[in-house]
Amino acid sequence: MEILVCVKRVPDTAENEISVNSSGSDIERGDLVYSVNEWDNYAVEEAIQIRDKVGGSVTVVSVGDAESEEVLRREMAMGADKGILLSDDAFAGSDGKGLATILKAEILKGKYDLVLTGAQADDGAGQIGGMLAAMLDWPYASLVNRVELLDDKKIKIGREIAGGNQEINEIDLPCVLSIQTGINEPRYVGIRGIRKVASVEIPVHGASELGLNADSVGKTSAKVSRVDYFVPVLGKGAELLEGSIEEKVEKLVELLKSKGGIK
Amino acid sequence: MALQIFTYILHKDGVIDDTALEMVAAAGKIDPAASITAIVVGSKTDAVCNSLIASFKEVWKIDNDALSYPNSEVIRGLLTRVIPKGSTLLFALDPFGMDIGPGLSIKLEGAYVPDAVGFNGIEGGKLKVVRQEYSGQVSTHVLCDISGGAVLTIRPGAFRAVEADAAGGTVIDKTADAMTGGLPGGARRYIEVVQAEVGDVDITKSEILVSVGRGIGEQENIDIIKELAKAVGGDVSCSRPIVDAKWLEKSRQVGTSGQTVKPKVYMALGISGSFQHLGGIKGSPFMVVVNKNPKAPIFQVADIGVVEDLLEFVPLLTEKINELK
Repeated sequence: MEILVCVKRVPDTAENEISVNSSGSDIERGDLVYSVNEWDNYAVEEAIQIRDKVGGSVTVVSVGDAESEEVLRREMAMGADKGILLSDDAFAGSDGKGLATILKAEILKGKYDLVLTGAQADDGAGQIGGMLAAMLDWPYASLVNRVELLDDKKIKIGREIAGGNQEINEIDLPCVLSIQTGINEPRYVGIRGIRKVASVEIPVHGASELGLNADSVGKTSAKVSRVDYFVPVLGKGAELLEGSIEEKVEKLVELLKSKGGIK
Repeated sequence: MALQIFTYILHKDGVIDDTALEMVAAAGKIDPAASITAIVVGSKTDAVCNSLIASFKEVWKIDNDALSYPNSEVIRGLLTRVIPKGSTLLFALDPFGMDIGPGLSIKLEGAYVPDAVGFNGIEGGKLKVVRQEYSGQVSTHVLCDISGGAVLTIRPGAFRAVEADAAGGTVIDKTADAMTGGLPGGARRYIEVVQAEVGDVDITKSEILVSVGRGIGEQENIDIIKELAKAVGGDVSCSRPIVDAKWLEKSRQVGTSGQTVKPKVYMALGISGSFQHLGGIKGSPFMVVVNKNPKAPIFQVADIGVVEDLLEFVPLLTEKINELK
């Protein structure tokens, strides 16, 4: 099975507190630690497990700048066979449709049976997989938390739906799936693994290699664009307990007693 | 000119979902003068349609025995046939809306904005949408060119439902138009729904929940949460990353993809507070948050906040409570 997995380099929210810069034009990026989008990591692990069962290859692809190469290498250290970076100044400012247009062009250069994305990334949009599938006229399923291979024409998938229930579907190949966290346990990547792929060449494809008109992607084609960032106000906010840690413990015990929080 | 807005109605067993009337509010916020049409797809949908005519001037129904389960690939094909290009379509952000929305926007050649939580008017054909990024840590304004049509998903709970007020709507049967050419979307076939496993503890019945999230760091640290739960006489629950890591069973997960709980007291320890997690907490419990990140969104909805490392704070709290006994 020939599998392509779309991955994205994002600020690691487990490692960073995200804050808005003074002008509101962006988040503070100075001290951010970046990594591969968590959902994408599950997608790559799933792809590797499928390849190890039935053969074929796993290619990881990312739309981004030169720094996105590091996440491609990380996923190759996990076990992906190839990495491709899609990078061009003309791609800047693309909306979801623009990104899907870029990825579609790369997909049509190969012969893939299965395309995976993470269910969502840092912007919480979860849009690329569904757009890609519609552009390719391939079937699509989102929030996939189980994949079972049936034969070389179709697979069986489970989707996460409300209340922890699972919707089971049969879906024809080729198809696009967006992968939900928890589907597997992504393998650990050590320094040695990263070193092994450090010198593997990663081809870079721009608009001309992909046969894309510059006006079909990027800022000019985008119907959706971000104006600014701001700090959300959801509710009145919690009363913060002050003092030393021991004082906070005492105050909280009193509050819990009065609110029925200690039986 | 007023916008033509279609809102897709989620329903189950003849009853409309809570989000249906939230969509009315969202559509009104986009354009107060909009003409709003409800879309009902399913089988035996008369009861659903009739319950909507008090809230919508127009209800479109697509009703066929083959549509008893909402397969989004099938429904996308049907909607592509009947929705006029240039329309604005709203879906609730749930596993169905996430499934159908992006692809439908491509087929209708419109823009797509997922997970809208607010709207700030239309200027020059562009709708200003409020969204959140980084699990709710920051918000953004997004401009969406809706002049050629758009598909938007709306976060459940973000808009206060508009109560039914005798709109006196009519039901229009679009089944024949939608089914012309046969049933679309055959490449993905629905088989069944597998119900979630029942765990050893039913957290939906718990009065006190001690809930743990990613901030716990390591699996072996879960023990300090269990000890606190024991000390206060409550049950242990958790957020999604703990289940993904298989440190606790799925039946203990609070959230839209887990259990909906209604305790009297909810302690959120090392949980940042994604809307999916908060969506599983009902009944306004007394909420205590312990998190070392003061920017965690959960502080904004909690009653009491403690900015401390839970690994240090929780054992001290447990010790103090045990001393009282």
